[in-house]
Amino acid sequence: MYSVLQGACDPALVALCAALVIGSAGIPGLFLQNKPGSGQIFSAIATILAAFAGVPASLLLLFSRTTTTYVLEWGLPFGPCELVIDPLSAFFLIPVFLVSAAGSLFAVGYWPAAVHRTTEPWLTFFYGLLASSMAILLVARNGVFFIMVWEVMALSAYFLLVTEHDREDVRRAGIVYLIATHAGTAALVVYFSLLAAATGSFLIPAAGSLSALAPHTTLIALAAFIGFGAKAGIMPLHLWLPSAHANAPSHVSALMSGVMLKMGLYGIFRTLTCFHDPPLVWGIILTLSGLTSALLGITFAVAQRDLKRLLACSSIENIGIITTGLGVALMGMSSNLPVLMYLGMAGALIHILNHSFFKPLLFLGSGAIIHAVGTREMNQMGGLGKGMPRVALLVLIGSVAICGIPPLNGFVGEFLLYLSFFLQFKADTLVYLVFLAPVLALVGGLAVIAFTKLYSSVFLGTPRSPGAAHPHEAGWTMLVPMAFFGALCLLIGVVPQLVLRLVTPAVASFFPQLSLDTIPAEYGALLGKLSLAAVLLLTVAAVVALLWRWRLGKAPVSSTSTWGCGYLRGTARMQYGGSSFSELAVSVFDGIMRQRVERPTLSGLFPGESSCSDQPTETLLERVVAPLFSLAGLSFAFLRRLQHGQMHVYMVYIFATLFILMLWAH
Amino acid sequence: MTNSIIHIFLALVMPPLLLGVIGKTKAAFAGRVGAPFLQPYYDIIRLLQKGTVFSTTTSWVFRAGPIVALATAAVAALLVPFGAHPSPISFDGDMILYAYLFALGRFFTMAAALDTGSSFEGMGSAREATYSCLAEPTLFFALITLSRLSGSYSLTGMLSNVSGGAWLYAGASLLLLIGGMFIVLLAENCRIPFDDPNTHLELTMIHEVMVLDHSGPAFGIIQYAASLKLFVLGAFFIQLALPFATGNPIPDWGIFIVSMLLLAVLIGIVESVMARLRLVRVPQLLVAATILAAFSTLLVIR
Repeated sequence: MYSVLQGACDPALVALCAALVIGSAGIPGLFLQNKPGSGQIFSAIATILAAFAGVPASLLLLFSRTTTTYVLEWGLPFGPCELVIDPLSAFFLIPVFLVSAAGSLFAVGYWPAAVHRTTEPWLTFFYGLLASSMAILLVARNGVFFIMVWEVMALSAYFLLVTEHDREDVRRAGIVYLIATHAGTAALVVYFSLLAAATGSFLIPAAGSLSALAPHTTLIALAAFIGFGAKAGIMPLHLWLPSAHANAPSHVSALMSGVMLKMGLYGIFRTLTCFHDPPLVWGIILTLSGLTSALLGITFAVAQRDLKRLLACSSIENIGIITTGLGVALMGMSSNLPVLMYLGMAGALIHILNHSFFKPLLFLGSGAIIHAVGTREMNQMGGLGKGMPRVALLVLIGSVAICGIPPLNGFVGEFLLYLSFFLQFKADTLVYLVFLAPVLALVGGLAVIAFTKLYSSVFLGTPRSPGAAHPHEAGWTMLVPMAFFGALCLLIGVVPQLVLRLVTPAVASFFPQLSLDTIPAEYGALLGKLSLAAVLLLTVAAVVALLWRWRLGKAPVSSTSTWGCGYLRGTARMQYGGSSFSELAVSVFDGIMRQRVERPTLSGLFPGESSCSDQPTETLLERVVAPLFSLAGLSFAFLRRLQHGQMHVYMVYIFATLFILMLWAH
Repeated sequence: MTNSIIHIFLALVMPPLLLGVIGKTKAAFAGRVGAPFLQPYYDIIRLLQKGTVFSTTTSWVFRAGPIVALATAAVAALLVPFGAHPSPISFDGDMILYAYLFALGRFFTMAAALDTGSSFEGMGSAREATYSCLAEPTLFFALITLSRLSGSYSLTGMLSNVSGGAWLYAGASLLLLIGGMFIVLLAENCRIPFDDPNTHLELTMIHEVMVLDHSGPAFGIIQYAASLKLFVLGAFFIQLALPFATGNPIPDWGIFIVSMLLLAVLIGIVESVMARLRLVRVPQLLVAATILAAFSTLLVIR
């Protein structure tokens, strides 16, 4: 089978073609405006077909551990434009194809062209462009080409994000995102220029070809960390992330959170492969920033009231966990500890894959919820599980998975990370790594708070507002993509050894000097035992459930209202809502998360109506960054004269700048 | 094989007895005769025969809560060694599974409570969520210390290596650990001073208030799962505090059973002489437990 496929067509070419098909899938829709919906359906079918070709091609490339190189003749003065697919690129391609295909199907039900006639064609077009640019980014090896594709990715994400630009908060989120992403791009321009100065070519250097001892290396690493870290949302470069993910249409949030953040991580991974001797301090910095992101991200998530903002903050947490794994692997590399390298890197890569399954599942679920209720405010929901039981079940799977709880997939990556902390303990080097374990445990505990809050305030109890009283179940186009991700979460959770085999080639491409013969087999066997434990857990649960059903059938069953401790006039507003559920945790972690709390002042014997509210705040953005930007705006106000909105004058500026630079260079 | 069968048999049969011993101890302190030792068994059997009342606001999540709680406690019982005997299932890293299994049970117990739409049960689950989150790092510090002392990465290896010898060279560390873990044992099982399993003042409870709306067989399952959780965490604690072994299998089982009963008496004494803490004090005590366990880790690393 393998050789037949190999002979029939080159998998690398198939993957590239699939990426181009996805990129152009939205174009017909732009011209078919008199028949609303046909372009969207065409795009969904084309994207899904492309994914059907692209995923097996990526898997083949990954397992065959081959590196395929194409050279694009582009006639620009930046050297040859190489397109290279190695196992690391192939690994990152898998979520790009899966999430973009699932999202394009979801869009048919979630953003129907019949309702959104004006926005739908452009949304579909940019959605394909975003997915395609991410796929091409993964194979681009010329720094200049990389930045071009990076900008296409960043800008199409911007246009997707401001789809509902008639809303003030959406425009604001768009501006914050645009500034953040361009600050990142500026750092990347510095990064690629320094890299080109060091190697003499714009090509990204081959794995292990650079030494970290060379001059300017620290600067290169710093520029890469800022540029890529801003895209990934590593703290403190995460400021754009919550509002951007919350305000985009849900299938776009799924693609942004599930895949686009990983492009920042890919950049960091790719940069690190270039060095054969990363200093220990790089690993320490990545580990610490990762763990800080994880802890603060999930603490912010606990306090959120907005469904999608909660999910966005938990993305910061997951990116943090992945970065921690990467940092640990790097520390293993600097200290020449192959097991630590393998476990950290495998944990990080598995978590990347897992996060690109359960986070899109949850974002698509949030789309279905918002579609049914018409609000993102969790305190206004409740009881939706009765009206939309299938969405409720799938979101439950996603919630348990994202908390890192067995028997679902989130546990697998964290398990390997914990092992890496513990194993180092006996070796007497890097002993203090083990102190990361309790912190990660705390992160896990906070994640349980955040996601029980999400699940219960949305689906359980009774409806808290008229809008939530009559939800409708999502259509099949919305349910199928979610069910697909839910099935993947369960599959990886129950047979984790499969996913370890998937990441091993990518780990090998990261550390070419490492011989990976015995280590993967050893941990594959260990994950096999974990798999047995997961099966045992499911079996025991089934047995207990049968036992309970048997006893239930033996005695009368009746139903009545919830026990109100003698009070008979309970209302839905008296339930514990999302904010009240997390209030205790917020008060314990006060100081990390800030809330703007308004409590009513009651006076007199019969106080009148008053209101109370708890609103989580973004202290760093609102208190530090926004004032700094206003100050900068004031002090550079005189430059506004240059900025008058006349396109032809802007082009003169660009030409003049280039001309002066050329004169200066010669 | 025989040992595994005895292990499973004890895990299935013995847990409610601990509740009976605790009850009897408290009765002795209060000067009462108290309910018979086997009263918890009678209660559970009676509940399994009763009819069920479901609240109209609940969905299948409410029904899944007790089932998942029992299933996770049962699997955890297979991971932890009882006394000097190794556990039936043991592999590197099983202590992480052990810790996360309780998180799964907790997730579903809290979701089931919130499914009823009762504000009392909401209060209970909010407290459970926060307190157990704070208790989590303590368990991991304990695991680190044990891993350091034993050089092992599985629960069986960690716990069976704590013997009289370990007390000689790491006594201070183990003492701190026992302090921290005893606090976690009481908190995780919702005993005094964190929670009072006997009160019916819903405003102050944690675990009991989360299960207010369960009835009949489901409530029987919850009672049994709670006693099994006490048994499983107690077995972990006992192996730290009373690591006696003869090397002969049959006396070792005897030692284990007697140690567990002693633990139940100890919990009964604590419940008799202490009052429940104010809710604002609970997080402080849990953080104190974490610090104790962290000290013990520092002492063994040095």
